[in-house]
Amino acid sequence: MNHQLIKARDLHKYYAVKSGYLQPSNSLKALAGVSFDLYEGKTLAVVGESGCGKSTLARILTMIEEPTSGQLSIDGKDVAKTTEKSIKKQLRQSIQMVFQDPFGSLNPRKKIVNIIQEPLIINTELSTKERHQKVLEMMELVGLRKEHFQRYPHMFSGGQRQRIAIARALILKPKVVVLDEPVSALDVSIQAQVINLLIELQQELGLAYVFISHDLSVVRHIADEVMVMYLGKPVEQGPNEAVFNTPQHPYTQALLSATPQADVEGKRQRIRLTGELPSPIDPPSGCAFNPRCQYADKNCQLNEPVMELYGDSRVSCLAVAQKRIGQLKAS
Amino acid sequence: MALLEIANLTVEFATATGSLRAVDGINLSVDEGEILAIVGESGSGKSVAMLALMGLLPWTAKVSADSMLFDGQDLLGMNDKQRRKIIGKDISMIFQEPMTSLNPCFTVGYQITEVLCQHFGGSRRSYNNRAIELLHQVGIPAAETRLNAYPHQLSGGMCQRVMIAMMIACKPKLLIADEPTTALDVTIQAQILELLIELQKSHGMALILITHDMAVVAETAEHVVVLYAGQQVEQRSVKELFKSPQHPYSEALLNALPERAQEKLLNAIPGVVPGQMDRPKGCLFNPRCSYAQELCRQQPPELQDGILCHYPLVAPKPDLDVRTQ
Repeated sequence: MNHQLIKARDLHKYYAVKSGYLQPSNSLKALAGVSFDLYEGKTLAVVGESGCGKSTLARILTMIEEPTSGQLSIDGKDVAKTTEKSIKKQLRQSIQMVFQDPFGSLNPRKKIVNIIQEPLIINTELSTKERHQKVLEMMELVGLRKEHFQRYPHMFSGGQRQRIAIARALILKPKVVVLDEPVSALDVSIQAQVINLLIELQQELGLAYVFISHDLSVVRHIADEVMVMYLGKPVEQGPNEAVFNTPQHPYTQALLSATPQADVEGKRQRIRLTGELPSPIDPPSGCAFNPRCQYADKNCQLNEPVMELYGDSRVSCLAVAQKRIGQLKAS
Repeated sequence: MALLEIANLTVEFATATGSLRAVDGINLSVDEGEILAIVGESGSGKSVAMLALMGLLPWTAKVSADSMLFDGQDLLGMNDKQRRKIIGKDISMIFQEPMTSLNPCFTVGYQITEVLCQHFGGSRRSYNNRAIELLHQVGIPAAETRLNAYPHQLSGGMCQRVMIAMMIACKPKLLIADEPTTALDVTIQAQILELLIELQKSHGMALILITHDMAVVAETAEHVVVLYAGQQVEQRSVKELFKSPQHPYSEALLNALPERAQEKLLNAIPGVVPGQMDRPKGCLFNPRCSYAQELCRQQPPELQDGILCHYPLVAPKPDLDVRTQ
């Protein structure tokens, strides 16, 4: 068994939202009960529409924010109970992040070398020469050329910028990298280059990825385990093959059937998902998905489902529990 | 006769460092009620070609073409005033970012009725019912109350629906959608694409869909034009292209898709689209092409049967060693 890097149990994150002057503030439930384990060299993909809490999860994992409740252990150490600053700093170093938009995440006034070496300046006491040496090594690893050393971000294309962002994330030799939609701003051909780089780096360095994305074809390719989220809650969680070949939750089925496929033959049955994600300030009662679900009945509006194991994956759905849902044909 | 016929469209930009040819000899023809997809990476000139058609390019751009006929009228020869009568009415365009292409200072209702007032005259109020009807058509619930909403009060998918409502307000004959779903989630993307096709069928519009997503092309379009660095490299029916792409670039684009990967690593296309400074000699695709030969590096290819390649991949695919001879 591989080394366990992240253990998350029932993570919650609420934000207080002011609705108006003199009115009591509401709480926005950005995360409502997320649990998972992440092992060395594995990839966990987090999938869902915008507003489902994917990015909040990323912020909590990278310790930018603290969870309202729940337990988070990184590399065997409980984050909430660790009070010593030096250990917290170590934990932060072992988990790094790559952001979605490579045009927004790099400081346009800084040279590439300064962007990549910044984590080293903050976290280590290396000399300038040693730092530059490390930066050069890292640039080679992610496929940037030596002459890029003194250039500015605007001189690079989107794919190369994402490589710079990856180099910056890897320079502290983290164990976990949180990738927040790393390829969704890129063209298909460049997307393939970056995904290949990520796969190679994972094999070489034994990294664990938390891969946040809404592009299911990419997730299917890269993930070991998939967690589908809806309105702050995981609704289906399981190994890649199980989730993609036999999706059980109606939302997973709808997501899969909504993904366009590069296949001109055979038309698939498409599940129409009407409407949009409800507001997390005032979530629907019962199952959060019930207003958009084709299998919903009265029971779904009253009772909240819990995660239970069906087959290989854990699903949170009353209709699945009552065996009211037929299997979607695997595409 | 085709609704839109463009022959040899070229767009050049005057930049500080010399002229840049963003679009290089594109030929298009769209029939009534047809869906045409234009595919290519960013920087391949998809949007510029369509903006040239709409007359929306800045003055630094020099547009030339052998012919640019829409519905029998010559778009190239007409002055701005005449063109404005057609643009927005018979030809309209949806842009990529719904959030930034709507004006944040005006309500949705104002922006929809503005189009109608421009083209048909009359008062804004007289079009209120039509605006509500349009919002219904694009699937916005409680349309009456949404007329007074500002764009920031709507989600991305809703904004895109409003954009579509504006664009179909005058019942255009041709709708150009420039990456209409790139900024949206998969579920909303499916809804918007379905809506576009539904409207296209019910109105009998022609639709030009600009995208870089091959999967979207496969699901929607009938014909496809593949652009690379401003040049048209392949133009065929979607079915044929997906079955047997004949230009190495089309093949590479298809193979880069994750679902076509045979193994763990994807078949990425190395490098990027050449810019103004690093245009290669010979065929523009040769530095990234896995089949490139000496001839490709020396001489630019000429268009043969709609394919811009010295050695097109004629189906069934020839052996590699045959090609190397």
